[in-house]
Amino acid sequence: MATDAPPPSKETHKLPTTEEFTEVQESAEFGELRRSYRSFAFPLTVGFIAWYLLYVLLSNYAGDFMGTKVVGNINIALVLGLAQFLTTFLIAWWYARTAAARFDPKAEAIKSRMEGGA
Amino acid sequence: MSPAITLAAGEASEHRGLIISLFAVFVLATLVITVWAGRQTKDASDFYAGGRQFTGFQNGLAVSGDYMSAASFLGIAGAIALFGYDGFLYSIGFLVAWLVALLLVAEPLRNSGRYTMGDVLAYRMRQRPVRTAAGTSTIVVSIFYLLAQMAGAGVLVSLLLGITSDGGKIGIVALVGVLMIVYVTIGGMKGTTWVQMVKAVLLIAGALLLTFLVLLKFDFNISDLLGSAADNSAKGSAFLEPGLKYGATSTTKLDFISLGIALVLGTAGLPHILIRFYTVPTAKAARKSVIWAIGLIGAFYLMTLALGFGAAALIKPDEIIASNKAGNTAAPLLALHLGGVDSNWGAILLATISAVAFATILAVVAGLTLASSSSFAHDIYANVIKRGQATEKQEMSAARWATVGIGAVSILLGALARDLNVAGLVALAFAVAASANLPTIIYSLFWKRFTTSGALWSIYGGLVTAVGLVLFSPVVSGKPTSMFPDVDFHWFPLENPGLISIPVGFLLGVIGTYLSKEEPDKGKYAELEVRSLTGTGAH
Repeated sequence: MATDAPPPSKETHKLPTTEEFTEVQESAEFGELRRSYRSFAFPLTVGFIAWYLLYVLLSNYAGDFMGTKVVGNINIALVLGLAQFLTTFLIAWWYARTAAARFDPKAEAIKSRMEGGA
Repeated sequence: MSPAITLAAGEASEHRGLIISLFAVFVLATLVITVWAGRQTKDASDFYAGGRQFTGFQNGLAVSGDYMSAASFLGIAGAIALFGYDGFLYSIGFLVAWLVALLLVAEPLRNSGRYTMGDVLAYRMRQRPVRTAAGTSTIVVSIFYLLAQMAGAGVLVSLLLGITSDGGKIGIVALVGVLMIVYVTIGGMKGTTWVQMVKAVLLIAGALLLTFLVLLKFDFNISDLLGSAADNSAKGSAFLEPGLKYGATSTTKLDFISLGIALVLGTAGLPHILIRFYTVPTAKAARKSVIWAIGLIGAFYLMTLALGFGAAALIKPDEIIASNKAGNTAAPLLALHLGGVDSNWGAILLATISAVAFATILAVVAGLTLASSSSFAHDIYANVIKRGQATEKQEMSAARWATVGIGAVSILLGALARDLNVAGLVALAFAVAASANLPTIIYSLFWKRFTTSGALWSIYGGLVTAVGLVLFSPVVSGKPTSMFPDVDFHWFPLENPGLISIPVGFLLGVIGTYLSKEEPDKGKYAELEVRSLTGTGAH
């Protein structure tokens, strides 16, 4: 703890005590925030890593399939590679939207109550 | 040397004045920024975190500038130019990796740390041992990464100024080293951030220009571009399919998987990227920076496709290899060819793109140096050596001296690595980061039971495994392309250790936790968990 004492200037709000943190951690409200965050972020992480590994494995072991031409010189390998870009953009956008709509209000409510000196 | 290269060198010496003035303009501009930022750097929060006053967009730009290194620009374009489709994996891995940072790391880190990665790793652990471990792995990862940038700098300048003597190349590496020391000691995080923002704009503009010129040559017909690249490479449609670099044997296929895993899991464990999230005021701004970074970096990597395939289509493979064995000069050569080998335009374009690449290297080395010297000063000096009793002034002065030391080390190492593909070298840094740092970050934030000994097992175990395997891999010895081609002490067959060392890092965290009788500090975990998800008490 000693190492993390905030500088005396600048920040004005006080840090809640360990007991207060423990109490909040065990509260239903925080449990709900943790559940909604984890149930969104964890499966999605597993999902995009699996999708990426599928692409790596296909590149390695399904050369003929990946070499199949789609249009002109554009083959499946290139299309799947570009699809990785597309899904990355989409997941980033989806996470930002979900976080703003579902996690931020809960997090802010807890934060302002804890820092409000309650 | 092929005739065109001799010509390039000839052109270069004719236009040496132009090239040197472009370099000088950039260096001068960044020095002005640095001095200006230095005047505003008053306390530790300014020095380490740029006063936490940057906006999400500004930081997103700086994150991109910190991330799109010589490896991305020179290395990926070169790998695509030589190996076609297989070079593309780098861009995909480097980009997808940002989702790990976005979903799991950036916001919790911003909420619970202050200056370094070690702040989060050590949050609920015994401070001294975990900070020592975090500082060690920060410095090791950053030095691997620095090595790659230094190699890139040497390569560029030898192409541009026709300097082929070892003395000349080492001189340039030394110049880069001195500049990065100046940026960091004077400008701190504020100066470094602005340098990275300027560089990101220049790099994206340069890539846009080249991409436009490449596409113009092929009437914006991508299929034609790919077809010409395949024909010119003399490898036919195989050039557009996976396997040219990694498909030869079952070992190289495993290497491809190893590389793929290291790339996707490495980013969220890179200390110089992680500390960028401390420069914004809130976790929401940190999220916004990652979103911007994903957009900018994604767009940039799409352009490297055009650059790589464009180089393959317009330049004979022999010429690329003659200029640099690993393909690192493909992008500047492409600029020369697009402008016209014999024309002034060619020389001007070559000089411009090379200046951009040089700017890229300088901005990234500044970020890396800052990450390692902050970690030395804040984690090791202030919290381990001085046991948390150092004054801010002492801490900042330790950071400045550490900068000088790290600069000196990277100058020495940079001279050794000049013929390795810079994207390959950076991939090693990613593997070390994913093995030593990522497991502890994830366990610390999300696993209640995790303990100090778990953290130490994971950091040191991941670090030693990753670095050890590299040491005994073909990257270091036993092959013509090795760092030491004349000796052979390699027994590990893969060039990238990730496939083994990343699972080892994750596993050791679990084993270390269960083997020790130590109880986790429940109160500190409550603090860390609530703080990381809500931002309560975040500085």
